[in-house]
Amino acid sequence: MQLINQMKVEFLSIPANVAFARVAVASFASQLDYTLSDMEEIKVAVSEAVSNAIIHGYENASDKFVRVVASLTKNALQISVEDDGRGIEDIKQALQPAFSTNPERMGLGFVFMQSFMDSFQVDSAPGCGTRVKMVKKVSTLVEQGSQVSPEH
Amino acid sequence: MQLELKMEQGTLVVRPAGELDLGIAEDFRNALDEVLDQGAVKNLIFNLSRVTFIDSSGLGVMLGRYKRITRTGGQVAVIGPQPQVRRILELSGLFQIMNEFRNEEEALAKIS
Repeated sequence: MQLINQMKVEFLSIPANVAFARVAVASFASQLDYTLSDMEEIKVAVSEAVSNAIIHGYENASDKFVRVVASLTKNALQISVEDDGRGIEDIKQALQPAFSTNPERMGLGFVFMQSFMDSFQVDSAPGCGTRVKMVKKVSTLVEQGSQVSPEH
Repeated sequence: MQLELKMEQGTLVVRPAGELDLGIAEDFRNALDEVLDQGAVKNLIFNLSRVTFIDSSGLGVMLGRYKRITRTGGQVAVIGPQPQVRRILELSGLFQIMNEFRNEEEALAKIS
């Protein structure tokens, strides 16, 4: 699919930048016809990926950089969130719903990313950082039409 | 994040406003734990009506406090989540462990 726009942003691995990242990506994504609910889902997915990079990738070190690349095609947004942190030893295990190295987070981050995006992929190796790639398609008009049809 | 805390009949009413993410998780957690550490809180009510965004970091703070409160036999209730916040709570399974009420008065009456 042909790329129509792309943005790259790199920022320090500090918690305040989680909000910055999701707002930046959502604002960029608004060039396509996403529903409000789609936009909320994109925000949550970006938030989770960037939070993971800071907490797990960089183990809360605040002097590292997280990279976010967002690419638009005519009907989809691809998001890549990358860190150069410690990486994930066992990706399969990390993707289990209840898996978390932090008892308060309960492994929900990956659950939200998987539920809200149309495709979701994690590339990582110990010591080599992590890259999360996600795609969100624009709902087709047929699907949107069928949701508002009951009044007729 | 703005946060209002109020004690009523042994129940701590928590009214956060804004976005509950990693950026505020530590402050949110510390503010609640400071009150819980005093030992007078039996139940907890999260009034989420002014929360515009939540992700797993915000949920984590809620779930962590849920564990503390239920360990001593207390209950945790949720009030008024906006639609986008409600979806996240539903997907996380939070409503399976926390009851939702229409308003603070109803929650106080039911759990106190």
